[in-house]
Amino acid sequence: MSVNNEFKPKIVAFCCNWCSYAGADLAGSSRLSYPADVKIIRVPCSCRVNPMFILRAFEKGADGVIICGCHPGDCHYSTGNYYARRRMTMLFSMLDYIGVEKGRTRVEWVSAAEGVKFSETMNDFVAKIRDLGENVRLGDLRCKN
Amino acid sequence: MQRIGVFVCHCGSNIAATVDVKKVVEVIAAEPGVVHAEDYQYMCSEAGQEKIAIAVKEKKLTGIVVCSCSPRMHEATFRKAAERAGINPYMVEIANIREHVSWIHKDITEATEKAVILARAAVAKVNLNTPLTPGESRVTKRALVIGGGIAGIQTALDIADAGYEVDIVEKTPSIGGRMSQIDKTFPTLDCSACILTPKMVEAAAHEKITIYTYSEVEKVSGFVGDFTVDIRKKARYVDADKCTGCGACQEKCPSKKTPSEFNRALNTRTAIYTPFAQAIPNVPVIDTEACIKFKTGKCGLCQKICAAGAVDYTQKDEIVTEKYGAIVVATGFDTISLDKYDEYAYNQSPDVITSLELERVMNAAGPTHGHLERLSDGKAPKEIVFIQCVGSRCSDDRGKPYCSKICCMYTAKHAMLIRDKYPDVNVTVFYIDVRTPGKNFDEFYRRAVEQYGVNYVKGQVGKVIPQPNGKLLVQGSDLLDNKQILKEADMVVLATAIEPNKDVRKIATMLTASIDTNNFLTEAHAKLRPVESPTAGIFLSGVVQGPKDIPETVSQAGAAAVKVVGLLAKDKLLTNPCTAKADELLCNGCSSCANVCPYGAISYEDTLVNDHGIRETRRIAIVNSALCQGCGACTVACPSGAMDLQGFSNRQILSEVDAICR
Amino acid sequence: MSHGKNQAELVREISGTNPLKCMKCGKCSATCPAFNEMDIKPHQFVSYVVNNNVEELVKSESLWKCLSCFACVERCPRDVKPGKIIDAARQLVVRERGGNYLTADEIPELLDEEMPQQLLVSAYRRYKR
Repeated sequence: MSVNNEFKPKIVAFCCNWCSYAGADLAGSSRLSYPADVKIIRVPCSCRVNPMFILRAFEKGADGVIICGCHPGDCHYSTGNYYARRRMTMLFSMLDYIGVEKGRTRVEWVSAAEGVKFSETMNDFVAKIRDLGENVRLGDLRCKN
Repeated sequence: MQRIGVFVCHCGSNIAATVDVKKVVEVIAAEPGVVHAEDYQYMCSEAGQEKIAIAVKEKKLTGIVVCSCSPRMHEATFRKAAERAGINPYMVEIANIREHVSWIHKDITEATEKAVILARAAVAKVNLNTPLTPGESRVTKRALVIGGGIAGIQTALDIADAGYEVDIVEKTPSIGGRMSQIDKTFPTLDCSACILTPKMVEAAAHEKITIYTYSEVEKVSGFVGDFTVDIRKKARYVDADKCTGCGACQEKCPSKKTPSEFNRALNTRTAIYTPFAQAIPNVPVIDTEACIKFKTGKCGLCQKICAAGAVDYTQKDEIVTEKYGAIVVATGFDTISLDKYDEYAYNQSPDVITSLELERVMNAAGPTHGHLERLSDGKAPKEIVFIQCVGSRCSDDRGKPYCSKICCMYTAKHAMLIRDKYPDVNVTVFYIDVRTPGKNFDEFYRRAVEQYGVNYVKGQVGKVIPQPNGKLLVQGSDLLDNKQILKEADMVVLATAIEPNKDVRKIATMLTASIDTNNFLTEAHAKLRPVESPTAGIFLSGVVQGPKDIPETVSQAGAAAVKVVGLLAKDKLLTNPCTAKADELLCNGCSSCANVCPYGAISYEDTLVNDHGIRETRRIAIVNSALCQGCGACTVACPSGAMDLQGFSNRQILSEVDAICR
Repeated sequence: MSHGKNQAELVREISGTNPLKCMKCGKCSATCPAFNEMDIKPHQFVSYVVNNNVEELVKSESLWKCLSCFACVERCPRDVKPGKIIDAARQLVVRERGGNYLTADEIPELLDEEMPQQLLVSAYRRYKR
């Protein structure tokens, strides 16, 4: 996998279609780089992110999961990001309880105009995950080769 | 299993320079379900789309993955291409290997690896896609324009001229906006009122236009083609049908000390007032905070004097509910607060004014009746200093990071007008850069320097110190001479940064339109869709989208109108088929989904279900696909996992997660 | 120079400012009360660092004429803060001469609570030779 023994974390980013995915696109067109470890999945709204998706990611070997949505009050669907915020607060504290450190999960608000923020957030998140190292909790051993 | 074709785009060198596209094709061809993979220079071109059509035919494809730019760019293009080739458009997925890969990563190995993973995720998703068919929704053939400045007026006129009904909602008692406060316009020095007033009259007289002044949008629901809007018509306390606009009430009103909003608080107005003489409608309003009758119960002079019997202290706010197919936001701008700029002594000296205040001073209907005089002592100034970029181009927390765009030109205009009318007045302009992109703009600025002898100094002003003799000591830098200048001035004019109207954030939230960190509304595409919000059915006109001058505002207003007309001309709109749907065998009718639905799209019906041979009647969630906007909130709220979102189903997203973490 | 880094980089590091953010507006020079005393003017500090010419800046009179009043720091619209740059240049000189003039435990009894700390620091750099 990794050529030089450097730790290459697997990071899944769920981005809402209206703000954060557009923010990621802006980061791209503005050539604001962030590590290739981040892979983005487009969802219509941050409230579409089912806790099940995050558990599955960790189960399959992800080292970090970040959910990005519109700023509070700016949700394209009015209230979706509020639901996401509540659900994730619950989920993350439970994950922390079972040993998936708080630093491995994050919710961030990135608007369509914030390419810079998107890139900075991803750089910061990846750096934190690199510090934390490989995730050992929740991994389904059958998934490991 | 689907028969999937993968098409990898080079995008010229945009993708191919950092992603080894041949390698992507080679690896992805081995993925389960992939029966065809190829790369091409420009997939979005006609030739590229033709390649898709040929592959669909020859390989009998049932699903398509295009590895290219963002789906926000070309998803629609490839869906149409798929449809032409005979595949359901919703069997197409895009792997974004440009914005999310090639443009941000430099290392080819790393970028190629990521591109392959994103392509795999897209293939995994398409494997689970199902054909979807958009529904239809109706279009209410009426438009709403929020804001009655030049942007709103022009948009409304253009929509109305095309034959559609338009309502303008304006917060203040009259339409006209900022342009009505301006004295002259650059670069022609036209009189602003002379070109605006006829448009105001035209809008008011237009049979297709209804104007709600002194009104605000209070609530918006619905979606493109079918918005429902509550408009609060604030009580004027003057019956618009009876009022003749004679003005007797304003002459007699004893409460005369309220700062005039129209004259930027440079003088005062009465409690019952029309903001300016050419106001439309020419019907006054009573400011209850200033009115003696409302404050003490005594007075009532205006009612006694009114021959038409129009004054009615019992009037109440009224809510009008109306349906619209499209909404245009044209809420305009204001100048920023100068409270954080103590160094310019704006709050200390009445002779330090903003450029918008100078417009009022120069205007014949203004506080000085058009005479250029110091507001402190009424004396004619001999030395005037203009300061550019006050609060613009700042990366600190005091100002705005953007260029306000209009200041260079209006300062040249002011300087020129002053030198023209008062040749004995010296005018100095402190500037950082003079920005004059626009037809006849630089010529205009050069005229100010060459013909009118305006002294332009490259540098900034550090502080303005009011002197005991009433003068203002201006300390600035002259960077070209490498000197510090101390200059006694009689007046200082600040080219104050502009910002979107304070109310716009509230309005954006109601409309669920995206807004940026500077409170400008975001356009759907910075280059190709500059007058549309990403939210369907919402359009942008004027400074609400970004700083612009009058001609630009008018052109954008026209552009927004055309987009609105294009929408209203349709009888039916296709709706997004990616809506929620409940599995009737899993649903237990608990109402969790309806509780989180922002659109009220979910209802419950007693339905006869056949659960593995057991036939019984159960309470089942039914999603109205015309109302559902596909956010997916319900899918997560559902405790039994019955609710799913078509196009973004649980299984689809999980398959993407699996592909990425593989 | 004995330092591994070049001086311009050191100035950036010590001052914590990015001189490339400068838009050459001249607000610093406009606001500076010691402008006339200086041979290199506040707005020029920035370009001296950008052009890697710290050597000249360190030799200048301005280094010791700056009052550290921080008017330029307060008013710089671009967060470039020429006052911090010149302060960093002074710090370079101090380091050349072998460290700070005062030790940390000498400072508390000299402190006046009302006095801005930065003023104190820069005053020591200038006057305690």
